[in-house]
Amino acid sequence: MNYDIIIIGAGIVGCSIARELSSYNGSVVVLEKENDVSVGTTKANSGIAHAGFDAKVGTLKAKFNVLGNKMMPSLSNDLDFPFKQNGAIVLGFEEESLEILKDLLNRGIVSGVERLKIISKDEILKLEPNVNPNVKYGLLAPTSGIVSPYEMAIAYVENASSNGVRFDFNSEVIRIERDKNEYVVTTASNKTYVGKVIINCAGVYSDKIHSLASNKKSPFTVISRKGEYCLLDKMYGDMASHTLFQTPSKLGKGVLVTPTTHGNLLVGPNAQDEVDNANVDTTIEGLKEIWDKASLTMPNLPKRGVITQFAGLRSHLKESDDFIIGFDNELIGFYDVAGIESPGLTAAPAIAKHVSKEVATYLNLGINLHFNPIRKAIPQISALPNEVREKLIKENPLYGHIICRCEVVSEGEIVEAIHRVPGAKDLDGIKRRTRAGMGRCQMGFCTPKIMEILARELHEDIDEITKNGHHSYMVEKR
Amino acid sequence: MINHDLVIVGGGPAGLAAAIGAYESGIKDILIIEREEHLGGILNQCIHNGFGLHTFKEELTGPEYASRYINKVLEYKIPYKLNTTVIDLNGDKVITALNESDGLLLIQAKAIVLACGCRERPRGAINIAGSRCSGIYSAGTAQKLVNIDGLKVGKEVVILGSGDIGLIMARRMTFEGAKVKAVVELMSYSSGLNRNIVQCLNDFDIPLYFSHTVIEIKGKDRLEKVKIAKVDEHLNPILDTAFEIECDTLLLSVGLLPENELARNYDVNLSKTTNGAIVNENMMTSKEGIFECGNVLHVHDLVDYVSEESYLAGKMAAKYLNGELNLKSKVLTVNPTNGIRYTVPQLINIDDNYSPIQFKMRVSNVFKNVEIRLLVDDEVIFKKYKQIVTPGEMETLNIKEDLVKKIKQGSKIEITLFRRS
Repeated sequence: MNYDIIIIGAGIVGCSIARELSSYNGSVVVLEKENDVSVGTTKANSGIAHAGFDAKVGTLKAKFNVLGNKMMPSLSNDLDFPFKQNGAIVLGFEEESLEILKDLLNRGIVSGVERLKIISKDEILKLEPNVNPNVKYGLLAPTSGIVSPYEMAIAYVENASSNGVRFDFNSEVIRIERDKNEYVVTTASNKTYVGKVIINCAGVYSDKIHSLASNKKSPFTVISRKGEYCLLDKMYGDMASHTLFQTPSKLGKGVLVTPTTHGNLLVGPNAQDEVDNANVDTTIEGLKEIWDKASLTMPNLPKRGVITQFAGLRSHLKESDDFIIGFDNELIGFYDVAGIESPGLTAAPAIAKHVSKEVATYLNLGINLHFNPIRKAIPQISALPNEVREKLIKENPLYGHIICRCEVVSEGEIVEAIHRVPGAKDLDGIKRRTRAGMGRCQMGFCTPKIMEILARELHEDIDEITKNGHHSYMVEKR
Repeated sequence: MINHDLVIVGGGPAGLAAAIGAYESGIKDILIIEREEHLGGILNQCIHNGFGLHTFKEELTGPEYASRYINKVLEYKIPYKLNTTVIDLNGDKVITALNESDGLLLIQAKAIVLACGCRERPRGAINIAGSRCSGIYSAGTAQKLVNIDGLKVGKEVVILGSGDIGLIMARRMTFEGAKVKAVVELMSYSSGLNRNIVQCLNDFDIPLYFSHTVIEIKGKDRLEKVKIAKVDEHLNPILDTAFEIECDTLLLSVGLLPENELARNYDVNLSKTTNGAIVNENMMTSKEGIFECGNVLHVHDLVDYVSEESYLAGKMAAKYLNGELNLKSKVLTVNPTNGIRYTVPQLINIDDNYSPIQFKMRVSNVFKNVEIRLLVDDEVIFKKYKQIVTPGEMETLNIKEDLVKKIKQGSKIEITLFRRS
């Protein structure tokens, strides 16, 4: 198949670029090696829409962070994904912290972050009564927010898809060749795609994808930097209302404690360089480390409130501290979007606007007059007023059958998640789209029911159902 | 909005017995709400025998035991709704529930019995590091897949936790052709019934590792192996004792937690020890007309006790509806001390209508040669000798009417363990 643009990777970067490109007249395909969107770095991070005071002035990180943060409210409205501007506080526990916080404040002001303010211990404890009373100073950033990263990616993808972008999953790119003025991309299942432009959004694999195209060592090297997290029950979600960072000190960058968009409490991450790009195992030491560090912010963090742990990989660049965004100097029509670590999630919407504009100009693409920027999320029975619940169940009785009791998710929502394009194919896909299984019993009760619904709706045998693709089967072959 | 005198949330063993208790005390306008497609609750998947020894002097399977109560409910024509989930409790006993045929149900109740059972603690709650691969199930989930859905969950199994469900599943998985390689228990004793250790592990030569735990889970897509280590006296893993067992399935039987979301949102006072409501001897919670019983109140080891307690709750709900409960009486706190972890009830009302009280309790450790004593104003008014008590087995004290009368307004009540030397 021939396309104007081939995007490699369906994380938040690939997904957002795909959606922005769908506002132009050009054919776009996204190739993803896994069976769903947002299953790498995008699904496992802090979910913060950073204000933008952290990145060094003048960097791409600072520029796209501040722009992306400003886009978040209207974007979350258009694409209907969970976002809340809850504000952040960087907490300082030592006298020396004040100087560092002032530096961050000035950095933020120069980069264009609004309403930053140094606040006192009393002000902090008034805003956040559970914070360690040994806190001395804080930097308040009211424009910081929280976002559900995988739901944001899913929203982007559904919108891109409805605007004509094609998504091919289980499509690991193994060969990239240049033929005349085009690229020929071959996947592990031996399918070929021909495109004028390749956009490399392959996250922790972006150096490998680059060298597939150049046939030599990539000019940049990705280091997979693992971060581990603990997620707490919604019962403890209101222990913090702001996102609470720690002032970077000689002890390191510290960890955050934050509410999530769904009302849980999240603590983490640490930072550990990994050799294996696929290793997202949590570690005994890592989980202890984040808990100990988070206890500095909040001494009364309830360990019995933890419902799950997870880890994600940041794609950190060895050669640079900044994002790499742009056409390669040597490879014609090859566009890298690499090293998109924090604040990458916040920056993604702005990066996507920028990249799509550059690529559209390069290919001389016109505006897509049929582009519809609006996407609606799957209705959540748990969040609706009674009149709407009643109407919804009347139209589709499956919305009256609750499958996940902890998060109150109905069969209607699960069935819709399977049939959206692109839809959920496994238990984790259902979880990210509907929250079924995200709650305090962690899929204890709903696993058998969701397996059954998946098998029924996908016309598969129940022994073919997986947790997250590949060989992650739930039961033995019959 | 529809109206009912008594709404019972949950159609498992607790809800069924509560309904029967209320009905037999004269309440006819009852509605049982059950979220699953059958009455009977978790008993439906407990196809092993051993239920009902206490109540019926017979060894029944779970479904058989449940059917005795279901048949009674059918005989009494007590209405029930299946596939119906209560999602909210607010206002003055207004229940919001959903199902496919009625859509949204708003029910005004005069009294409510919460009998919604408990859930299993998941892997995340016990902080095991490693991969998030498939093949890790809580024991009850695996039990459902095997016994109800007829599926095989795996070939080589390790079970963490020697609670009853863990033990029962070790035998069940063996019957299904799987190799159970180990049962691993954090504590130095099992929290399961002794007969289950004999019948489910010893009979099949399944090794049981006390004072060990799973510290790491490994596997790319499906589980490949678990790392196990001995724990020290503070239950911390001793890392250099670690060894690995290859397996494709890990079952977790690491504790049950009462599902008290409805009660919590309704501001019912909950106990930090049981995770259930704090109740008085009438099984009434801190909210007037809201009763709790069964595993939502505190986790039981025998369903017979659930039925007994819930029958009482139903009966008391009926008394409440008939205006026969003295709601203005003085409330006293029962203090569990010296090795008694908690008691149910936690409170008792003092009024003129004395009736016998059964205290249920759990101890905090294994103790030998002890007396469980009830003290009123520091005087021992009742004691029961036990050769051994363990946290895994619930203890009871039945206090007769004449002794209950010794409790006066302002009395100090204590239930304690006395160690005979």
